[in-house]
Amino acid sequence: MAGGGKIDPMHQFLVEPLFGTQDWSIAGYNIAFTNSAAWMCIATVALIAFMTMGTRGALVPGRGQAMVEGFVRFVDNMLSANVGPEGKRYVPYIFSLFMFILFANILGLLPLGLFGIHPFTFTSHFTITGVLAIMSFSIVLIVGFWRHGFHFFSLFVPHGTPVWLLPLIPLIEFVSFMVRPFSLGLRLFVAMTAGHVLLKVLAGFIINSGAAGIAPGLFVGVPSFVLMVGISALELLVAGIQAYVFALLTSLYLNDAVNLH
Amino acid sequence: MDPAAAKLIGAGLAAIGAGMAAIGVGNVFGSFLEGALRNPGAADGQQGRLFIGFAAAELLGLLSFVVAMILIFVA
Repeated sequence: MAGGGKIDPMHQFLVEPLFGTQDWSIAGYNIAFTNSAAWMCIATVALIAFMTMGTRGALVPGRGQAMVEGFVRFVDNMLSANVGPEGKRYVPYIFSLFMFILFANILGLLPLGLFGIHPFTFTSHFTITGVLAIMSFSIVLIVGFWRHGFHFFSLFVPHGTPVWLLPLIPLIEFVSFMVRPFSLGLRLFVAMTAGHVLLKVLAGFIINSGAAGIAPGLFVGVPSFVLMVGISALELLVAGIQAYVFALLTSLYLNDAVNLH
Repeated sequence: MDPAAAKLIGAGLAAIGAGMAAIGVGNVFGSFLEGALRNPGAADGQQGRLFIGFAAAELLGLLSFVVAMILIFVA
């Protein structure tokens, strides 16, 4: 794609080793410390800093504590609304998942490029979101089989299924059940990738039209810039919504496992 | 037809899917707002369902984006 003054919108997703080289490998897998790993560490450190700011447990909450308590209450409400009183047990997992994805998405959007640091949105890689989705899916499976044993398979036969549909419905339910981890991981990954590609393409319009002269800069560059400001705001919204949707769908799947249908 | 041109045309056609998903997402929020204005008391309790519908409609649009990306960069 690159060449001829074009901006390469996919370059931002390149995973590069920061230190270590291609031949640092264990059993054929490269273990060099990449920018993806670095930004995961940064997200974790930022998350820990955010949480320590708010978990001092003051009687009258300050600013930080009010923020953290707001997030906790949000996740807590989500689980009690979707799973019921049993849902309390899964608050730590869903909360970690929600906050990690939220921090990852927002860190990737920060305009740090101004200071020469290039933020890497690791949630725009299917390897990361796929692992998160598989983690959620296996927790659902473990909880389901732990609580209900083989009765968990009654998930595939909803109540009130007519007898003549019995050969068909379990098949459809099974497929829709097995597709869940893919749709969960794919949604987050594609939403982040699409947003970042769009931002880079618009940035390319602005730079190339500005370089082409005054008239194209005025008639293409300025509207593109205005659009880009709007899209950036939209991307902030999407970053929050995707983290919320991931947590929400995980809690819904947990509800299936805890309460069956 | 030239295969490279066919790939790009296919990727462009996949954008129709994104537009259709835009209709779907608009429909989800529009219908929610319509219902919420009729009965504001019940609106807050349905926000989870709103986002489930949004996620389902959005996923189908994102799939068309995946198809376009696969056509351009992978196929």
